[in-house]
Amino acid sequence: MVPIEIRDVTLVYDTPGGKVPGVRDVSVSIGASEFVCIVGPSGCGKSTLLNIIAGFLSPAAGEIRIGGKPVTGSGMDRGVVFQDFAQLFPWRTALGNVAFGLEMKGVPKEERDRIAREQLRLVKLEKFTGSYPHHLSGGMQQRVAIARALAYNPSVLLMDEPFAALDALTRDDMQRLLADVWRETRKTVIYVTHNVAEAVYLADRVVVMSPHPGTVKTEIKIDLPRPRDPLSVEFVECQKELLRHLGHDAGETKAVNGKAKS
Amino acid sequence: MGNDHVMTEQGQRTRSIIRAVVTLAAAAALYELLARSGYFAPALLPTIPVIVRTLIAMIANGTMIEHAAFTMYRVMFGFGLAIAVGIPLGILMARFHRVENFFLPLVSALMPIPSFALVPLFMLWFGIGNLTTILIVFYAATFPMVFNTWSGVRSVNPLWLRAAGAMGADEQKLFWKVIIPGASPFIITGMRQAFLRAWIAVVGAEMIAASDWGLGWVIFDAKEFLNADIMLASLLVIGGIGYAFERLVFGSIERATVQRWGMVRMAKG
Repeated sequence: MVPIEIRDVTLVYDTPGGKVPGVRDVSVSIGASEFVCIVGPSGCGKSTLLNIIAGFLSPAAGEIRIGGKPVTGSGMDRGVVFQDFAQLFPWRTALGNVAFGLEMKGVPKEERDRIAREQLRLVKLEKFTGSYPHHLSGGMQQRVAIARALAYNPSVLLMDEPFAALDALTRDDMQRLLADVWRETRKTVIYVTHNVAEAVYLADRVVVMSPHPGTVKTEIKIDLPRPRDPLSVEFVECQKELLRHLGHDAGETKAVNGKAKS
Repeated sequence: MGNDHVMTEQGQRTRSIIRAVVTLAAAAALYELLARSGYFAPALLPTIPVIVRTLIAMIANGTMIEHAAFTMYRVMFGFGLAIAVGIPLGILMARFHRVENFFLPLVSALMPIPSFALVPLFMLWFGIGNLTTILIVFYAATFPMVFNTWSGVRSVNPLWLRAAGAMGADEQKLFWKVIIPGASPFIITGMRQAFLRAWIAVVGAEMIAASDWGLGWVIFDAKEFLNADIMLASLLVIGGIGYAFERLVFGSIERATVQRWGMVRMAKG
């Protein structure tokens, strides 16, 4: 797919209480078809960074290039999956939701239904093409959202804690499914999470951010073979290392640890 | 499981129909008792069989149908105008601050004025007949339409706009494919309220600003001849048509759209 170049990106939020730094001087290079997780405590700017890459926010300084092209707004080279289940359009069936991007592209109806069906098969929802979102469980809704973001074939997939609101068992299933989908589609993925185990399970590389202001603290390569076994010694070692990097911010450590165990 | 769901939904509807029939029958029985008690002149408080006979006679000779048709025409015309003006205006108000700043005080100031209070003025301006009654209906129905649409567009989940934007929706697509369906629970509520207000307004307007035809005019005209049975028969028709629209037309629209999409839920129990 395509590489992503994030260079010296800075964003400051204007709030009634004054200027609050969101992210400062963030630089990350992401290779084509790489799966990168951005991890950090709340307030570290990881979602802000993702929103800048998605084009929803424009940075005060710095620049982002996707496949060499500078980002100036949202575009169809990127698919976005949010945390909130409500991201799906309730008035459209699963198929209608997945076909939305293709419809915007002007793809004829038969063609887009065929592609949407294919995408729903990829996330194992081929039996639910005609269901409305409110009849689907949270995990199924997030799978529809993933299929929707992939349907118009963007080269980059941006995910903002897509499984954070799911129960632990469903989350495990979804992580496996996402790993499969990624292996099949070879998208470049940027995945924001505060769940350490999730990051170690999914990522080629983890970018650790720290708050106030949001900066990149370190990057860790995860060299474990796939599919990964969360119970293996190496996996647990990786988690420990990642936690150590997160652990310096004493106040936040507990929260991060707690999430990792859950 | 799907079948169960349908069954219970049907069962609930049957039960609610039965409850409605019981309530109406009890009210009718009470009225009949009062009418037959002998305390009131039969000409002023006719019994239900008398009213029903009058109603059937008026339907049979076509007058009632013609009166109802005139009223329906005025309502639908005014209501249609209110939708045509109210929905775009509500959307513009929600999307553009300057439109909102200009129209919101106007809407807030005009909305509380009862449409009935405007009938004499409109008669001076537009005379007696369809134009005045349609404009009164339009006045009554527009504000709930504007207000609900405005609220509906403002309540559209920003995540939908963001997701649609990320998928390449331009302003026009955003409008038709996201904002309109996203605001539809409010828009449908607005139509319901608008129709109700239109229906109330038309009868009032017809009483003074219509000649020869219309359900409101019939009632007002009947008082000259002490025809309480005609008045009550007309009231039955007014109530019946209003009820049919509320339950059948708007109820079905709601079931086919926002209820099916899970954007509004049926009350439980």
